[in-house]
Amino acid sequence: MIELDNIAYSYGGGELLSEVNLSIQPGDFYFLTGPSGAGKTTFMKLCYGELTPTSGQARLFGQDVRSMSRDDHAVTRRRIGVVHQDCQFLDHLPLADNVALPLAVSGRDDLENVSNLKELLGWVGLKERAKALPPELSGGERQRAALARAVIMSPDIILADEPTGNVDWEMSQRLLQLLLELNRMGKTVMIATHDMNLIRAAKSKVQARVLRIANRHVQLAGADL
Amino acid sequence: MKTFLADIMAIFVGDAQADRIVPPTGFTARLTLFASGAMAFLAVFALALSLASGRLAQRWGQELAQSSTLRISAPVEQLAAQTAAALKVLETTPGVAEARALTAEEQRALLAPWFGPDLPVENLPIPQLISIEETSGGYDAAGLRLRLQAEVPGAILDDHTRWRKPLQQAASRLRLLGFVSIILIAAVTGTIITLAANAALAANARLIAVLRLVGAQDSYIAKAFVRRFTLRALSGAAVGTVVGLIAVLILPSAQDQGGFLTGLGFQGASWLWLVLLPILAAVVAFLATGAAARRTLSELR
Ligand SMILES: Nc1ncnc2c1ncn2[C@@H]1O[C@H](COP(=O)(O)OP(=O)(O)O)[C@@H](O)[C@H]1O
Ligand SMILES: [Mg+2]
Repeated sequence: MIELDNIAYSYGGGELLSEVNLSIQPGDFYFLTGPSGAGKTTFMKLCYGELTPTSGQARLFGQDVRSMSRDDHAVTRRRIGVVHQDCQFLDHLPLADNVALPLAVSGRDDLENVSNLKELLGWVGLKERAKALPPELSGGERQRAALARAVIMSPDIILADEPTGNVDWEMSQRLLQLLLELNRMGKTVMIATHDMNLIRAAKSKVQARVLRIANRHVQLAGADL
Repeated sequence: MKTFLADIMAIFVGDAQADRIVPPTGFTARLTLFASGAMAFLAVFALALSLASGRLAQRWGQELAQSSTLRISAPVEQLAAQTAAALKVLETTPGVAEARALTAEEQRALLAPWFGPDLPVENLPIPQLISIEETSGGYDAAGLRLRLQAEVPGAILDDHTRWRKPLQQAASRLRLLGFVSIILIAAVTGTIITLAANAALAANARLIAVLRLVGAQDSYIAKAFVRRFTLRALSGAAVGTVVGLIAVLILPSAQDQGGFLTGLGFQGASWLWLVLLPILAAVVAFLATGAAARRTLSELR
């Protein structure tokens, strides 16, 4: 689904990531870990095509990122649900509209999908907050809303960038639970986090692989956690 | 062309969601409304000027095609001889298509409104009239006067419509200027709306980035902005047109001979031009915003 073939990335200075090879298959469950500033967000952006590798080849659903048009990228983003580290909501729209935004922009905001929206808001426990504006939401509510928006198009892959970054342990357990449910439904999931406890909590429930960014390289960590 | 029309239709059908996605930005909204309103107001006057001077030019042009007259005042016994001489001169004057002495009956008919039908024209020292039909090129009035002076001392050339020729030309030119003004007004409107659209696109850079992140194609984003601006321009221009029209209508009303200034107004089919003004503004906004949006979006990653 996502194939990274010996890619490197630099923002203009030295290389931030080098010699990255990874092939993400349907149903995989990944953790991406590493200290702050190691390049987790950058790696995620490479995975959904927001950044183009400075060398090597990245393929999304078989298509080389370099050969993709702007419209190709738009369509690809409907197949990859992303929970952004900073959520990226439109502050003037109520939560329900924000969650439904991917439907609206792809012209799929029909009746059936709108009723699915209610169900989805119930699933992430935000039914009562549907009319609230994003700035009125707590950190945990924002993260759950971001997750709901990421999955509303029923994407094949969900990339979550530090979804538990500023929520308490209980809330992070709930978010993890939601992501595990998605994986059980057959979705590929990748979670960027530096929370080792979260990874340990997940390991007992799912066959998770852990990628660690260290010294500009992305390596598969062993079972020793 | 077909997709262009479909796009225009989509602007009116619209979709409520897309409408809310772009937050109404007060400044550019007011700028667009005001600019298209003011420009439509000005365009109404340019249009009225153009149409009025067009009508004037046409009317005067028709009158110019009519004949001028030569009047021969002479003692009764010389009248016939001078008339013959004058006709001879006229026949050899380039630019004169036809020259004909009016008969006694015709002269009497002309005078009847003033002196009654029983006037004995033959016995009175009434001048003889010769009607002259010009060719389209016209004749040289000054040259003709000189020749007549020498050969027919009693002749007076009355080319009363000739002085209008430069005025008629001025009127045609005025009509052209009116239309040039409308084109300039459309161009300025397009410029202002482009600037407003660029400002709105810049102010909404984050919104555009978020829309891109959730899978919006450029056409969707562009449409959301284009629709906004087109509707604003349409409504602004409609208001401006109505206000301009009211201003024209409350000008002192035109009499038949009322000449130029009071002739400003709209008659018959020219009302349709007024309907076209807001539509023109909307089309200008549609094209200007579309171009601005495509340019801005293609520069983004
Ligand atoms: N747009 C950017 N331009 C330049 N440098 C950037 C940009 N985004 C991130 N960086 C730098 O790249 C490094 C990795 O950032 P990031 O991928 O956000 O790390 P992480 O998500 O692991 O904290 C940081 O040093 C950051 O300062
Ligand atoms: Mg990060």
